Amino acid sequence: MRLNIKPPRHPERSEGPALFHHARKPWHYIHVLLIAAIVVFGAHASDTTNGPRYQKLSHAIMCPCGCNQLLGECNHVGCPDSDKMRSHLAASIDHGDDDTTIFRAFQDQYGPTALAAPMFTRFNQFSWWVPPIVLLLGIGAVFFVVRRWRPRAVAMPAPASDPHTLVLEQRIRRETGGDSL
Amino acid sequence: MPVFGSFSLLLALALSAYTLLAGAFALRQLAIRARTRISPERLAETARRAGIASFFATTTAAFALVWAAFTNDFSVSYILHHSNRALPGPYKFAALWSGQEGSLLLWAWLLATYGFVLRLRHKVDVRLTAYASTILAGVQVFFLLLLNFAAPPFALVQGAPPADGFGLNPLLQYPEMVIHPPMLYLGYVGFTVPFAFALGALMMRYPGEKWIHITRRWTMVTWLFLTCGVFLGAHWAYSVLGWGGYWAWDPVENASLMPWLTGTAFLHSVMMQEKRGMMKNWNVWLIFSTFLLSILGTLLTRSGLVSSVHAFAQSSIGSWFYAFLFLVLVVCVFTFILQRDHLKSDHKIESLVSRESSFLFNNLIFLAACFTILWGTLFPVLSEYVQGNRVTVGAPWYNRIAVPIGLSLLALMGLGPLLAWRSSSLRSIRRNFVLPSIATVATAIALLAIGERPWHDQGTIYSFVAFSVAAGVITAIASEFLHGAHVLKVQTGRNIFAATLLLIQRNTRRYGGYIVHFGVVVIFIGLAGSAFNRSTEQEMDFRQSMRVGPYTLVCQDYTQDTNPNYDSEYAVLDVYRNGKKVTQLAPEKRFYVASQQVSTMVANHSTLAWDLYVIYAGQNPDSNRPIIKVFLNPLVAWIWIGVFIVIIGTLVALVPSLTTVLSPARAREPAKKSARPLVSEPATLRGGD
Repeated sequence: MRLNIKPPRHPERSEGPALFHHARKPWHYIHVLLIAAIVVFGAHASDTTNGPRYQKLSHAIMCPCGCNQLLGECNHVGCPDSDKMRSHLAASIDHGDDDTTIFRAFQDQYGPTALAAPMFTRFNQFSWWVPPIVLLLGIGAVFFVVRRWRPRAVAMPAPASDPHTLVLEQRIRRETGGDSL
Repeated sequence: MPVFGSFSLLLALALSAYTLLAGAFALRQLAIRARTRISPERLAETARRAGIASFFATTTAAFALVWAAFTNDFSVSYILHHSNRALPGPYKFAALWSGQEGSLLLWAWLLATYGFVLRLRHKVDVRLTAYASTILAGVQVFFLLLLNFAAPPFALVQGAPPADGFGLNPLLQYPEMVIHPPMLYLGYVGFTVPFAFALGALMMRYPGEKWIHITRRWTMVTWLFLTCGVFLGAHWAYSVLGWGGYWAWDPVENASLMPWLTGTAFLHSVMMQEKRGMMKNWNVWLIFSTFLLSILGTLLTRSGLVSSVHAFAQSSIGSWFYAFLFLVLVVCVFTFILQRDHLKSDHKIESLVSRESSFLFNNLIFLAACFTILWGTLFPVLSEYVQGNRVTVGAPWYNRIAVPIGLSLLALMGLGPLLAWRSSSLRSIRRNFVLPSIATVATAIALLAIGERPWHDQGTIYSFVAFSVAAGVITAIASEFLHGAHVLKVQTGRNIFAATLLLIQRNTRRYGGYIVHFGVVVIFIGLAGSAFNRSTEQEMDFRQSMRVGPYTLVCQDYTQDTNPNYDSEYAVLDVYRNGKKVTQLAPEKRFYVASQQVSTMVANHSTLAWDLYVIYAGQNPDSNRPIIKVFLNPLVAWIWIGVFIVIIGTLVALVPSLTTVLSPARAREPAKKSARPLVSEPATLRGGD
């Protein structure tokens, strides 16, 4: 059975002998268990094109045939691009490439519009950061506005209490069971 | 007929231009109290009547184009390119909006229709309506200029006309396309009316908030049309495009969502102005933005600024829209600067934990959602400008950025109505929030217990949050109804159902709003189901079966058919569940003869739990067997049910409340009746929205 384990990004930190050399420490037992879990789950995804990673990546790449659909959703039989790209994607996953490498390869081969979302590179980062920053600034502005307004409202002279109104208010509260008018 | 149509358009332009110029002149004369040979009032009246006449002229032009389509007049270039003899009648009618020129004519006609109603109802406030009518005429002039000079729908073909037309785009040959564009356009165009009233009210420094009362129904009806238009578009995409989804974050889909978001924000924040005289600046800019975004949407569809599946409508009239957008923005900014002292708030927010604050946050999130979508839509253009190449901003980006904003909106929808106006006490917060909080936590635990694992991926996290929060919001809405109904039950002795009905009747706007909220929650539940979509694809032979979820599909037949409009290939599939046949589906692929284009006809078996969505992906050229792709999409039906609930809620909110209807009669009641108990009905029932 072909196992589909992603290679570590920093091989020098996770070489086999070093790992087992320190295996007596408790956290290393956990480490070993984690690797075992990855092996088990990796084996589960042996059929690349049905695997969750393939599904995830094929929904992050566009079909360039002009259908404006994601690669994983392009439904054109005889599409000049999607079959080729799917094979390319499956091969890259089997080869053990990480997501960034795969995305870069697709971008190089099919152009910058091949990815369904911009990567975190140079100017493209703005696409990701600007909306949350605007939202946070907006929340800050709302807090600022409310805080700025509140003292003035407190400083305003209270309207003269009308006994009739007070009775009415108390009665409304009593009959409706609260102040959520 | 083409000559007749062209003349009608020219006449409509002349009449609209007169409405604009004479109306503006008369209003100016009235403002400076100048007296001329013709009194400004009479001049304004002639402008109003010219505006009414422009409706008839535009209607005649629209009729001429439909007539040309039905009589196969292929001497008209537009008809040649968007119709053919074999096209069924309803689609010939739909040809009116299937192309550039026709859809602009639909814009102009709907605008003239709205203007017609507005000018007929001028007695509601003669002067304010005169302002709105003049502004509306300005927008009419723009569209009629386009129709007369940039995109004439009655342009004739050179030489002898061909015997048959090129046909309608196959994607548009679907029953929903007969109603989806008009609905969307009714929404887009309809926002011109509140925009015109808002701008007019600002120009004339209209005292009080009456203009909001006048435009409330306009805005709600328009919002309803836009809502229907957006979701009909989603349903069309689901049923026709055949990729298994309903929303692809296509720029043109986004263009329809943006004015919907700002329009929804306006519908909420306008209540602050009505009740507390607050957020006047904000409201004016919300309605300005909504109108500008409607125009931007049309610009995106027409100009080719961004690539889209709606490319069939692209042309070179983008520069006209840029100019118009700029002009409208300048007018809005100039008027606002000139009259901003008129927009001072009567009250201030007194507490962060109040209904006012929740409206403020609600507006903030709506605007953040709108900005996010605008940013995502225009980022490819910006990227091309800055770094020399376009990037794609598609579903993964929106799912990561926009969906959390949507979920926070869902949460706020539950929180907001539980807070009191001005300030909420800690006690009332505790009392009002305890049940929704329990429902949220209980649902989260139940979801974990039945096996949902939110840490699995981004989609399942979102769905987990959506289901849990939705439960809390539904509980909050239900408790609002039950609390009010219980008080009425005690007061009137009616049963709980009759009391609930009476409750709704007494404050249709408030409880209609809650029904709309409930509908939106149901839509969110439907959307959350998409995290669990499954699909499979298989080449099928006779009697061969495939399995997806609880269903087994058995291929009974695959064959070809032909008719004058299209050739088709289809498969006949029996669907079994637990060994019992539940339905038969026939997914189809059509090849339209006139346009030489292929289209997918999806076969869908929809239940409340999931949709069995089957497409005929094509035929294997080696084996000649059909390739069938099957999606199992959970909870999709709830999206459409939710939309239906939203429609009902909006209609309820449009009906006048029983207390409003009765109040004039009560005012006439003899003074002795005031000796009755002061609070004969719960105050919450007569309270705010």
